[in-house]
Amino acid sequence: MSLHNLDNLYRQSVMAYAKHPRHYRPVATTDCNQATKYNPTCGDTITISVELSGDLITDIHFYGDGCAISKASASMMTDLVIGKDKAEIQQLMDNFLKMTMGEQVDTDTLGEAQLLAGVTKFPTRIKCATLPWHTLQALLFSKEEAK
Amino acid sequence: MKQADFPILNQTINGQRMIYLDNAATSQKPKQVIDAMTHYYQVDNANVHRGIYDLSERATAAYEASRDKVQAFIHAKYRKEIVFTRGTTESINWLASTYGVAHVTADDDIVISYMEHHSNIVPWQQLAQKTGAKLKYVNLNSDGTLDMSDLAQKITDQTKIVSIAHASNVLGVVNPIQEIANIAHQHGAIMIADGAQSAPHMVVDVQALGVDFFAFSGHKMMGPTGIGVLYGRLSLLEQMTPAQFGGEMIERVSLTGATFKPVPWRFEAGTPNIAGAIGLGAAIDYLTAYGMTQIENDERQLVAYALPKLLAISGLTVYGPQDSAYHTGVIAFNLAGIHAHDLATALDQEGIEVRAGHHCAQPLMTKLNLSATARISVYSYNTMTEIDRLISVLEQIKEYFSHEFA
Repeated sequence: MSLHNLDNLYRQSVMAYAKHPRHYRPVATTDCNQATKYNPTCGDTITISVELSGDLITDIHFYGDGCAISKASASMMTDLVIGKDKAEIQQLMDNFLKMTMGEQVDTDTLGEAQLLAGVTKFPTRIKCATLPWHTLQALLFSKEEAK
Repeated sequence: MKQADFPILNQTINGQRMIYLDNAATSQKPKQVIDAMTHYYQVDNANVHRGIYDLSERATAAYEASRDKVQAFIHAKYRKEIVFTRGTTESINWLASTYGVAHVTADDDIVISYMEHHSNIVPWQQLAQKTGAKLKYVNLNSDGTLDMSDLAQKITDQTKIVSIAHASNVLGVVNPIQEIANIAHQHGAIMIADGAQSAPHMVVDVQALGVDFFAFSGHKMMGPTGIGVLYGRLSLLEQMTPAQFGGEMIERVSLTGATFKPVPWRFEAGTPNIAGAIGLGAAIDYLTAYGMTQIENDERQLVAYALPKLLAISGLTVYGPQDSAYHTGVIAFNLAGIHAHDLATALDQEGIEVRAGHHCAQPLMTKLNLSATARISVYSYNTMTEIDRLISVLEQIKEYFSHEFA
């Protein structure tokens, strides 16, 4: 049955992350380092807030509304980036975005997020997986745009 | 309606026979429409209204014949009342940027509703910002129908323009345009109906509806993309300035000024979408030969069949009226615990093509407190067998997402 093709995308652990997202709680308006992104074609929205110590992310949480893929992706990303500095995160971001485009990268560095590699077979859903990463990118690397 | 007339329907997607249920976004085209456009390019192609030669005369005759077909299709009084545009969006934009700018001031109101498509919201927001006029939204009842008592309060003597969808692209309701037009006219406002979702599916009589303007798109009614119509009452079109200027629309041009052709050609600047108009004409021939009343009946039966089956799936919520007698072939829904995008991806794996998202109606989604829904929208060529398959696949998807990941 064709529905089993979905297994490539909706792995057990992906769904676990989507159903019980990590670091998922409302972002207060008073949180100073935050960014929101919105996918105008589908309506998904995500807000990310980080605590920085210099270049190091010491804490992160997110909130929003989206499909299983975008929620799982955000959830995995938040796990991955805590304790990393901007340069390391930039590298992870590059790897993740390349992976979703089907390029060969060292996926081991991506931890659980590598489970989203299946999205390459679902081109209309790549944006769902990358939305949280683009939001973090805006937050860390182009703060003016993020506001 | 014969699926065999639609070459595209005969294909598989992800190994399954395709079931196309996104007709509110765009419809499929019968081979009669595709052939008419091919014939035009292979046999009759020339520019219109200018060549002193046989080929141009043929192209012009075919282009203008489509105007006659549109006139008959929507029961307009005069052929001059039919202006070809790029589609509903362009039709409404022209109204806002010409009629609107000429007639609306800071003291005036524009009245629309919460169920409008972005193309019947944003042009009016822009006009309101430009002129300082107030944009008012008519409320909805809990079943998704228009709140007519709120409408009667929102339309006042300050209202200059009332613009309402004839049929909703999300809620599956048909609005009482004739009644709304009466109220608008009592207050001296003009009435615009967005017919994008109605013209393809029901008999439209602009004179009986009492509308001043009516906008619709060719591609949602089995015609090609890039062609649409702005119907306007002749007396109003004659006062309206064109939105665009250039070739085709002028009479005489000097160094300092120009005079324009009569209505409707003054609105059709530049070489028009000739093949598109001819394709739309062929679509109207096809729809008319089958019968718009028959299309209404077919789709009513499909909805009467589909809606109770959908509602019987536990955890499935349908937005808009729950009674199939009051629901068009546009059915927006959600299945508890499965996001609409995940649902649409899963349906696609089974060859079933549906829309998921905000359906270009974000103010409505906000009002309903939703971020996304799935949506099926039928056309007369869809079948009960396809509905059966949709229902069974929805059950399987529900099972997949609840069991596989329990």
